[in-house]
Amino acid sequence: MRFIRSPLSREDAASLTLGSVVSLSGPIVTARDEAHMRALEHLREGKAVPECLYGSVLFHCGPIMARDGDGWKAIAAGPTTSARMNSMEPEMIRRFGIRAIIGKGGMSREVCAAMKECGCVYLAATGGAAVSIAESLPKVLGAEWEDLGMAEAVWKFEADRMGPLIVAIDANGDSLYERVSESLVRI
Amino acid sequence: MIKLPETVEQTVVNILRLANTKLPSDVGWALEAAAAWETDGRASAQLGAILDNVKKAELLGRPMCQDTGIPIFYVKGKIPPSIRQDIAAGVRRATAEIPLRPNTVDPLTRENSGDNLGEGMPIVHFIPTEDAYTEISVMVKGAGSENMTRLGMLNPSDGAAGIEKFVADSVLDAGGKPCPPGVIGVGIGGTAEECLLMAKAAAMSSSENPDPVLRKMEEDLFVRINGSGLGPMGLGGGATVLAVKIRKACCHTASLPVAVSVGCWATRRASARMTGDRVEYSQEADV
Repeated sequence: MRFIRSPLSREDAASLTLGSVVSLSGPIVTARDEAHMRALEHLREGKAVPECLYGSVLFHCGPIMARDGDGWKAIAAGPTTSARMNSMEPEMIRRFGIRAIIGKGGMSREVCAAMKECGCVYLAATGGAAVSIAESLPKVLGAEWEDLGMAEAVWKFEADRMGPLIVAIDANGDSLYERVSESLVRI
Repeated sequence: MIKLPETVEQTVVNILRLANTKLPSDVGWALEAAAAWETDGRASAQLGAILDNVKKAELLGRPMCQDTGIPIFYVKGKIPPSIRQDIAAGVRRATAEIPLRPNTVDPLTRENSGDNLGEGMPIVHFIPTEDAYTEISVMVKGAGSENMTRLGMLNPSDGAAGIEKFVADSVLDAGGKPCPPGVIGVGIGGTAEECLLMAKAAAMSSSENPDPVLRKMEEDLFVRINGSGLGPMGLGGGATVLAVKIRKACCHTASLPVAVSVGCWATRRASARMTGDRVEYSQEADV
């Protein structure tokens, strides 16, 4: 297992080989359907967008959060199905310079192409491993767009050895999901 | 067995907590077996991470998955007139106390009620019997797997081979999206809506199929799908399903409905049987 630290440079992303296992520390931000929609809408309308999205490690996740004194604590935070963001992700990657996406289930060819173009990787987290992942997010740095609700808000975390994460789409746009899908035995 | 007079609301909170924090033993054993049989290194790491998470969730009393779904309730036996309101009160309290993720939104405005209730909620199916008890069972299923549900109105000429192909394709086309390896519920026959209800009930069942023909079909599909190579999380490997469970009913002579309820590895369920002031909890269910 290789240990990596965010923020990631384009070179960092390019150095991650398809199928390898990594553990990530450093800042990450969550975004799913509603945050993607609003971010792109705000860009189009010239409105403010949270600074934390730029150059980020984006986590497809709608966590269960609980109040912890003045702040927040992650109770359960597994990845959500990334394919729901397929139509919006290429523009997100291009406009925000996203370096890594953490999710589950993989993403479309169009997203892979944008990853190749911009130098971004897709890291597969274990779906449903919500408590283990929450434990690897000990620090909540804050939230943006809380009005979207707990699942859809943009949560800012400091990850501490989050993993195992599998490099499932590399910065060349090659996808492990596509390889598995092509070699499936269908009788 | 607990001998406390307990409100139905409290019982509902208890089964939601049990279902969300503790994996039923049959599902846990199926996962352990899958991990033991797995030969692919990447797949083994995924199964290891799942088992590790299951233990942490139970130990910390937290939901094993952040997607605590929309709970599906089944009320069997004697049906008390206020049961729906009591279940609603239990859902509201469980959402705040456990906590569960507030998941229910208006389908058009996408506005979240914040308490897992709202129009049409909670979802409750009734199975009235002449028994003296009231049994409430709950199934917790996330949207990642629920979104992969399929209904096929096949032609009668497609036969058993067509049914098996439809089920296998439904699982393989879903890829890693529904968090495999899960329990696959299948309904064969009935009308369109009955077929889907059978598939869901089959996915929830913890008992062995009494029908030898269906049992054979379940075993065949289990071997066939696990031989596909899709693997845990769709990243390759031997464990793609934990079990296939089938129910059937008669259908129209011109129809062959087949429904597939794709489940994730976290097949979550619990039930409580209330007789007088006695409540018995279990993680087995058969509805």
